[in-house]
Amino acid sequence: MSSKNSGVEARGGRWSEVRTKHDEWRELSQRALEHLRPKVEYADIRFVSRKGESVEVKNGAVDSVSASSQSGFGIRVLKDGRWGFASSSLPGLEEVLAVADRAVGIARASALVPGRQAELSSVTPAEDSWSSPCKKDPFAVAVEDKLALLFEAEKRIREGGEGKVMVASAGVACQREEKTFASSEGAYVEQEITETGGGLVAFAVGPGELQRRSYPNGDRELSGCAGWEAIEALDLPGNAERVGREAAALLEAKGCPSGVKDIILDSTQMVLQIHESCGHPTELDRVFGTEAGYAGTSFLTPEKLGKFRYGSDKVTLVADATVPGGLGTYAYDDEGVPAQRTVLVDRGIFSNYTSSRETAARLGGLSSGAMRADGWNRMPLIRMSNINLNPGDFTLDEMIKDTKDGLLMEINKSWSIDDRRLNFQFGTEIGWEIKDGALGDMVKSPNYTGITPEFWGACDAVGDKRHWKLWGTPNCGKGEPTQIAHVGHGTAPARFRAVRVGVGQ
Amino acid sequence: MTSPDRLLEVLEKGLRFSAADQTEVVVMAEDTYLTRYATNYIHQNTAEANVEVSVRAVLGKRIGLAVTTAVDDESLRLAVKTAENIARVQPELAEFRSLPDASGTGDGPATCAFAPRTQAFTAEERARSVGRVISLAVSRGYEAAGAFGAGTMTLGVANSLGVRRFAQVSRAGLSAIVMGETGSGFAEGLSLDVERIDVDRIAETAVGKCRAAQNPVAVDPGDYEVVLEPAAVGDLVKYLAFLGLGAKAFQEGRSFMCGRMGELVTGENFTVWDDGQDPAGLPLPFDFEGVPRQKVMLIENGLAKGIVYDSFCAGREPGKRSTGHALPPRARFGAIPVNLHVKTGDSTVPEMVRRTKRGLLVTRFHYTNPLHPVLTTLTGMTRDGTFLIEDGRIKGPVKNMRFTNSVLEAFRGIEAIGSEAVTCPVFRLGAVRVPALKLRKFTFTGATEH
Repeated sequence: MSSKNSGVEARGGRWSEVRTKHDEWRELSQRALEHLRPKVEYADIRFVSRKGESVEVKNGAVDSVSASSQSGFGIRVLKDGRWGFASSSLPGLEEVLAVADRAVGIARASALVPGRQAELSSVTPAEDSWSSPCKKDPFAVAVEDKLALLFEAEKRIREGGEGKVMVASAGVACQREEKTFASSEGAYVEQEITETGGGLVAFAVGPGELQRRSYPNGDRELSGCAGWEAIEALDLPGNAERVGREAAALLEAKGCPSGVKDIILDSTQMVLQIHESCGHPTELDRVFGTEAGYAGTSFLTPEKLGKFRYGSDKVTLVADATVPGGLGTYAYDDEGVPAQRTVLVDRGIFSNYTSSRETAARLGGLSSGAMRADGWNRMPLIRMSNINLNPGDFTLDEMIKDTKDGLLMEINKSWSIDDRRLNFQFGTEIGWEIKDGALGDMVKSPNYTGITPEFWGACDAVGDKRHWKLWGTPNCGKGEPTQIAHVGHGTAPARFRAVRVGVGQ
Repeated sequence: MTSPDRLLEVLEKGLRFSAADQTEVVVMAEDTYLTRYATNYIHQNTAEANVEVSVRAVLGKRIGLAVTTAVDDESLRLAVKTAENIARVQPELAEFRSLPDASGTGDGPATCAFAPRTQAFTAEERARSVGRVISLAVSRGYEAAGAFGAGTMTLGVANSLGVRRFAQVSRAGLSAIVMGETGSGFAEGLSLDVERIDVDRIAETAVGKCRAAQNPVAVDPGDYEVVLEPAAVGDLVKYLAFLGLGAKAFQEGRSFMCGRMGELVTGENFTVWDDGQDPAGLPLPFDFEGVPRQKVMLIENGLAKGIVYDSFCAGREPGKRSTGHALPPRARFGAIPVNLHVKTGDSTVPEMVRRTKRGLLVTRFHYTNPLHPVLTTLTGMTRDGTFLIEDGRIKGPVKNMRFTNSVLEAFRGIEAIGSEAVTCPVFRLGAVRVPALKLRKFTFTGATEH
């Protein structure tokens, strides 16, 4: 793989360009905050520049190649305890000051309806800069080289699919976000985060049947804070033939049995299980009801803190924005709060939330550093960082050998959970029966359902460190207007006893 | 806000800067405002001014796409050059025919998709409106949450083959969830004209639903007759569109319409079409390639009739032309119908309830997602008001239930159709106009604790 600097976007000396931009952002930030200080209790301004590149091939042809470059700023103010937020993609001091005044006007309008006034927990104003590690700049890898890699992988999917794969696709994507945060309290933080990901997807079609198989985990999108080295580590061509073969085999596989069985979830499915049933319900804004108008609230209400049995003693779940390489890894959140590691569930007991400065203050604590915005034009919300399940001490083989009548399930395909995050039903791409301690037949479209604390309470085995892997979830939707967050989930496979499977089969 | 003249200038400059064989420039300028409220106060209040320019450069049969939010000359030149560079390094795309030309587009219909009043609606007016919802909820001892959004989008499309399209569209929507100790109610309004959002009616409906939903009891999962209110129907129809009514899914064999054109796929009393020109919905007079939106019959009297196309997918089939359903250039799904209309009938929800022996009345669904695209099997939860019906009367509220059901199969058992269509949101771009439906059988596979 060559790494010639023939990226599609022509540019000059990068460092000087970045410094010029950051110097301008710093100057505009200071001017905006000077303008706002006499008018409001608190203000912050974020400049965000995001560039991306996406390359996809499908069925022997280019599906799309695109490059994007977006930038703008958002200003958040707190006036008389009420929030106002305004944003713009237009440049210049005049626009910055106009948007600042718009934010103040909006905060004033918020106060027309009486109600709770926001108070912020304290934070030491940070002056810092941070860049995520990136060994090989993914933007410097030529598009021709990306296409060659993807065409090779995509061809092997079709070869593996033996004529039954109707759609074979392969893709890579990368994104670099540069952002600054400045607050009226004196914080100024610069961050640069580079994310990369890629993958393979095959759809096999038979009479009245459609089956998907993918590698490494469901789609072809961003999967971690890393450079092109992450794509090289995936070995897309080396996994392509299997993806095609298994997609075709799923057409002939037996349906998922209906009933109650022990299930082992591969780490690729544990990602979704953790995300939906632990990540979202531990968000403190949901708990306080501010997402009730859209995605819902949470069953993990504050009186349960430190007491409620969320899961078995095998279950320890941690929000960790500091773990290297995660898609939810950063140095500071979008309130300028340092990244942290927070234990959410400690050996089965619900023990903490992810929080913002405002929500933490309501519980008399400090922010967990979880406020992030999807770009310059969105107000920060509490978002997952990397929500990880601590490894246990089982190997996958040991779990299988110790299972009499069960199913092993891999890679999420469908998901749904109620508005308090209790009743869920999740489906996976593929499964295998487990009979008397051994893997058996392949199963298509397996699914399972449960109630969150009952389900985690039935967890009796978690895989060890060798099976633990940090995955990326680049499509976490929340809020209005919808914001898409990039988050991570580290986990090993885990076993859950007596789970209802094969719903609607 | 960027002026229309400035956006027109960007379109023409983008074309002028290009040396490609064919070039398309799409400008989307959005000014959107949203007031969110929860636990009886406004907790989030936002404004956004965004301009996004997409450039597609075509060299022979190779296409490059670049997107930027900067509209100065240097940035535009860079975007055009980037799109050309992307195209240059690709192999030829054998199935690509051409960007759309202007020959079939004419002057286009004079659809009114813009209400000046929506554009002028202020943060104070949004606050006072949600204040009325909150006041009513509080007066009954309940808690209110939701959002009031209003905004405009200016869309311009120009290409080197002579297409020139420019339109302003507006959109306003108010949602209200009113919560009591043990149950909640929901109502919403959506229109291009903010004046048509009936704030008090929405508040009264949500509060009334909330009152009726208190003290729900658990009922066993299983097969039930159902009366689905429009918001619930809209959710199911939206997924039908997403899963199988676009040409890309059809051509790739992923659509439930594959091999079934002309066949009965639902009951004979179900008809759905897409019409981006109908001002009753949220019209957008042309698509993101500048092609006027055609009315496309999708399922008529139960028969599979058609799917929607953009220019690329149309080019794969001899004699086929785009139906004007291209999504924004960066979308990966291909064409999808986003201005859906379901044919109304002559019934009402109370009448449907009277005709129900034992069933459930569903206000809306939550977190619906597909399990099997070809079988159109979806799963999701009920939310904000689910009621047991026995012997033609509402017996009382029930705890929320999970359904797992094929939509097409459910629509084979439509026993009554509402006479009034309601506009419900479809993703970010469009709307679905749907009536209430009474279905003979709907399968609930689980229940939750509230």
